[in-house]
Amino acid sequence: MSEVNVMEVPILKQGQYLIVSIQSALTDADFLRLRDNLAEQAGRYRTRGVIIDITALDVMDSFACRTLRSIAHILRLRGAETIIVGIQPDVAFAMVQLGLTLGDVTTALDLDEGLAILRQKIKGDRTNGV
Amino acid sequence: MAKKTIGESREKMLKELVKHFRESRELLRREWVKQMTAKGLLGGLKADEIENESARIYDTCVNCLETGKYEDAQTYAGSVAERAVLRNMTTEQVIGGFLTLRDVYGRSLFMRYQGKAAQLNLALSIYEPVANGILTIVAMAYIKSKEMVVIQQQQEAIRELSTPVLQVREGLLILPIIGMIDTQRARQLTEQLLSAIRAKRAKIAVLDITGVPTIDSKVANHLLQTVTAARLMGANILVTGLSPQIAQTIVSIGVDLSKVTTLADLQSGIDEADKLLGYKVTKGEQIVSKIEG
Repeated sequence: MSEVNVMEVPILKQGQYLIVSIQSALTDADFLRLRDNLAEQAGRYRTRGVIIDITALDVMDSFACRTLRSIAHILRLRGAETIIVGIQPDVAFAMVQLGLTLGDVTTALDLDEGLAILRQKIKGDRTNGV
Repeated sequence: MAKKTIGESREKMLKELVKHFRESRELLRREWVKQMTAKGLLGGLKADEIENESARIYDTCVNCLETGKYEDAQTYAGSVAERAVLRNMTTEQVIGGFLTLRDVYGRSLFMRYQGKAAQLNLALSIYEPVANGILTIVAMAYIKSKEMVVIQQQQEAIRELSTPVLQVREGLLILPIIGMIDTQRARQLTEQLLSAIRAKRAKIAVLDITGVPTIDSKVANHLLQTVTAARLMGANILVTGLSPQIAQTIVSIGVDLSKVTTLADLQSGIDEADKLLGYKVTKGEQIVSKIEG
């Protein structure tokens, strides 16, 4: 019964990156499960960067914002940089009007831009290390 | 005494007229529809629409005659005018329709008072001002509602033209704004800018407000929200051309724009954007004179 309502969010591994594409509106429980799965997988695959694509979300509430923020913080502790991509124009403006922020989490237009930023960041880290 | 008799006979005549128009309602209405059809004024109307409308117009006119008040006509004219515009009826159809009705009424009076010049004269003196009054009201209401539609369309066009979003380089948009920004325009501006950022995959947008005379706290906050929203979409907004007055206003009303990059003019905005995007503009040989020669 409960399995019907569970929305499993696919997490795709792509080299050093994990790509998460949220395809439909998620419940609070779905978000928490996504957070747990990501925290676990990021360590397992030695991930350097995670991209969360929320193009399909047309509503963002405070819980979603807070969870995305905490995912980014958790993953940073696990050694990966998080980028949120694909926030729709009206969603972006609604978030600002409602006072919802993503804090210091990096955002980008779409998956392409997100990957470009990740590549740059990781390159920067390496040169710093050398 | 004489005046009173005239008043009384007017009163009597008015009642007689109302009775006459009510009694010959079907006859006159059919005659009216027939004439309108002959003149081709009913094009585009369905049979049942013609029935309903002609009955309503007829009764409205008789009511106006009876009460001497034009409120009914005003209400009806407003509604018919709006609907006429919706159905794209021509001005000729609407005005022509009422003119025909006036003729039908008038003709029926001539028939009724044939050979009784005094009574005909009295009847016409009662009937004519009412007929003219109704026609004027309908014409005015119709023209007004037509104008409203035109004005609305023009406002729409002006609003769309007033916020052009232009791409100058790959990833760089500029938005020159001229004229006052009110809340509605600010909202439209935000909408257009954010969707253009998405559509053109822009990383930086330069918002030039050189042509904006003043700004209030509501609009300033709206701009701030737009900048924050653009950041959520991975784009940066540079605001350029804040006039001394606007700069002072913003400081005195206490809007915090410290998180927004502001620059003196459009040129420095584009320079800064080039720098951020990694474009290098170098000056080569000038070829303007060659083109002119």
